[in-house]
Amino acid sequence: MEILMALIVGTLFGTGTYMLLRRSIVKLIIGLGLLSHGANLLLFTMGGLKRGVAPLINPSTAEAMVADPVPQALILTAIVISFGVTAFVLVLAYRANQATGHDDLDELQTTDQ
Amino acid sequence: MMTWMNCKPPTNNMMTQSIVLPVLIPLFTGIIILLLRGRSGVIRVVSLVGSFLALLTAVGLLIRVAEGDILVAQMGGWKAPYGITFVVDLFSAIMLTLGTLMGLVVQIYAVGSIDRGREQMGFYALYQFLLLGVCGSFITGDLFNLYVFFEVMLISSFGLMTLGGERGQLEGGLKYVVINMVSSILFVSALGIVYGTAGTLNMADLSEKLSAAAPGLTTLLASLFLVAFGIKAGLFPLFFWLPASYHTPPPAISAIFAGLLTKVGVYALIRVFTLIFLQDGTYTHNLLLVIAGLTMLVGVLGAVAQNGIRRVLSFHIISQIGYMIMGLGIFTPLALTGAIFYITHHIIVKTALFLVSGVVEHRGGTADLKKLGGVIRSYPILAVLFLIPALSLAGLPPLSGFFSKFVLIRAGLESEQYVMVGVSLFVSLLTLFSMMKIWNEAFWKPRPESEEPVLPDTEPAGSAWLRLMPIAALALFSLLLGLGAEGIYTLTYTAAATLLQPELYITAVLGRQ
Repeated sequence: MEILMALIVGTLFGTGTYMLLRRSIVKLIIGLGLLSHGANLLLFTMGGLKRGVAPLINPSTAEAMVADPVPQALILTAIVISFGVTAFVLVLAYRANQATGHDDLDELQTTDQ
Repeated sequence: MMTWMNCKPPTNNMMTQSIVLPVLIPLFTGIIILLLRGRSGVIRVVSLVGSFLALLTAVGLLIRVAEGDILVAQMGGWKAPYGITFVVDLFSAIMLTLGTLMGLVVQIYAVGSIDRGREQMGFYALYQFLLLGVCGSFITGDLFNLYVFFEVMLISSFGLMTLGGERGQLEGGLKYVVINMVSSILFVSALGIVYGTAGTLNMADLSEKLSAAAPGLTTLLASLFLVAFGIKAGLFPLFFWLPASYHTPPPAISAIFAGLLTKVGVYALIRVFTLIFLQDGTYTHNLLLVIAGLTMLVGVLGAVAQNGIRRVLSFHIISQIGYMIMGLGIFTPLALTGAIFYITHHIIVKTALFLVSGVVEHRGGTADLKKLGGVIRSYPILAVLFLIPALSLAGLPPLSGFFSKFVLIRAGLESEQYVMVGVSLFVSLLTLFSMMKIWNEAFWKPRPESEEPVLPDTEPAGSAWLRLMPIAALALFSLLLGLGAEGIYTLTYTAAATLLQPELYITAVLGRQ
């Protein structure tokens, strides 16, 4: 299972990086989305994968397996943050498109001169 | 597994819990401002009072830790490493004081210069949340918490950067947002690997547990953190977002960005490389030294080629980040003292220069050095107020820049880093050159014939004073830092000495005797 997850994370990072290198802003944002999914899954996998256990300790059977709650809390935070930022980037790209009429990063050069 | 269930909350001392005040005050000020939507007069007062209170608490903390003590607060009474820990050592307290001081000073400038539209769209609330993120990053003792405060800071800065929606802001803002998102994603990935390796994210706990991990893995982690924080700090070769975006928002906003945001990245680098990644010291610190040299050189050479005032200054931010990282790379007590001294000096001087450039651009109607001119005749006070921070930046005695560079270069000579010393002196010279370029073009030469003469200032007199006062205060601070260099040196030396004894930090946080 870990190996499968590692492959998925690798694929997400690979495709995300490829999309980041495109010139279109929309593809760039898709790339950011893929990268942040990859990062979240990595966080999840690194916390240790366990099947069918809750992150709660049952006092009567203290020996039982428990899932580690920390990575879940971390991912939840990371997902919320990346959701908010992605929404912001989408609006920003829309406004930039309205102002410049371009979806091409190479055309957004007026601030570099 | 059962041990953490049985741990009792420690007695909550009000004195130790009060170290989170510099975070709580901007948070509540921001919320109050959001509730007061529309009443701009009240909002300004609330925001100023909030920034002032935050400064007071930060100064209070600085006084309490000035002897090198470390204050620790465990949130909700959960003992480290299970709960969220806030830690204030002298380095944090110095950064907090500077951060809140800039917060107050730039805000006074903003009251006189931010237009009504931006005020209505929530400038002050975003500004307070930005300060919340900055202050939080300085005092947190937990890596994931650091990520959250980084995000608070970044999201507010995204808002401030694009507030107003002018074309340049949107273009620069897009680059700024995207590259900072990539850096955050790398940061989260690094956090995942850290958690998988050590099973903790508390910095003090990590410092102990990572020393048992495989050395190859810690070097990998160190590199990931170096890239993630390096993007935020504007290190070579990851700085291209900075000069593309910092000159686009209104001067008050770019001044607070220039003063504080990259320095949060530098703070994180110093914290992580003095506390956590010490196992493979020579490799990472040599890498840091090479990066520092290249950052200095490329930044200053970039500045020489620019013609917009704030573009020149943006490139100088990069070159000066190099000096701070040089101090971290040499890694002796004296070098770290130099780095902290340099950060102190840089935050004050850089903010002052951006504020001056705002006034020059406002009066001259353009940011282009070729079209500007004659400010020394039309506004002599401003010329003096530019000269003090500009010469300080270049490192002329008796200003603050001289002493901070002196300490760094002395540390470089003592540890026989002659190449770095040479590079830093050369970069100093080029810095002086480009400060003189701004001086000659904007202040000294007469205004070009083709340009319209400077319009008489039609603004209310109060607004002009609100712009001048903060600049004068910052210039005065730069002078005082230079004249009181011995006191500042002692303070920063204590801070550096504390940083170089990570066991002090670990004992304080984990509560062992």
